[in-house]
Amino acid sequence: MKEEKDYIRDLAEIRSMMERTSKFLSLSGWAGIMAGCYALIGAYIAHQFHDFNPGQLDYDATVSGKGYASISGVLVLAVSILILAIGTAIFLSYKKANKRGEKAWNATSKRLLASMSVPLVSGGVLILVLIANGLIGLIAPLTLLFYGLALYNASRFTYAEVRTLGLIEIGLGLISAYFIGYGLLFWALGFGLLHIIYGIYLHYKYER
Amino acid sequence: MKIQIDGLHKAFESRIRLGIMSALAVNDMLDFNSLKEFLDLTDGNLASHIKALEKEAFIGIKKSFIGKKPNTQYFMTEEGKNAFDDHLKALEKLINTHK
Repeated sequence: MKEEKDYIRDLAEIRSMMERTSKFLSLSGWAGIMAGCYALIGAYIAHQFHDFNPGQLDYDATVSGKGYASISGVLVLAVSILILAIGTAIFLSYKKANKRGEKAWNATSKRLLASMSVPLVSGGVLILVLIANGLIGLIAPLTLLFYGLALYNASRFTYAEVRTLGLIEIGLGLISAYFIGYGLLFWALGFGLLHIIYGIYLHYKYER
Repeated sequence: MKIQIDGLHKAFESRIRLGIMSALAVNDMLDFNSLKEFLDLTDGNLASHIKALEKEAFIGIKKSFIGKKPNTQYFMTEEGKNAFDDHLKALEKLINTHK
């Protein structure tokens, strides 16, 4: 006959198994902090050295010769930041999963990525189409919006806080679509500051 | 069904079987390797527990191919879901009455 403490352990084990098999919990708070820092540095470089200021461009503005050169520079910068941030996140998740005795590439991380990829890829393609047509002003709002949608969608498979982060990014994206001149500022806020705050919060809540 | 007086199902006496059921309760389907990783078991060990649950008709199997590799997915049957829910309720009740 089992004793009461066995029943309590049974229940605890059921709970932990349900959580471990449905949520990817090896996301690292540090990844958020680092991604935020990269984004802030990137936004600074874009503003300072590429003279990038989408505020000068209206919704229907087409890119002139000089603008096009600066846009390609900013694009290279943006893609480098993206690769750096994703690389850091993968590396840190891998380390954290190892520490927890799990594999980083498992059923939950696959589902997390799959649920993020649909909004991200559709947003990415849309943005490329807009760039090809010279509609630069909408890039910052749309990256925020689609990134927020991706996070919101993926939050079922990871920490509940990701849902809130997603909603805030969506909100920021929509607001910045109205205040089109402040695109870079909103972008720095959403991808830089928010990631840092969120990373610190995750770190203190789950990693200490 | 082999249900004991306290309402606990015999099939769930093993914590490993309970683990398999918990994992399948929150996932539509899981393949053999994912289950193996989550539960940290050997192939033979997991297979024998799966067989036992299959015999009770608590879990179902769906076989398919990914390319040329066979892929076996497991899912919880309606019967398994009911039995698992009842087991959870029985556990809770037992803990509450002991208090």
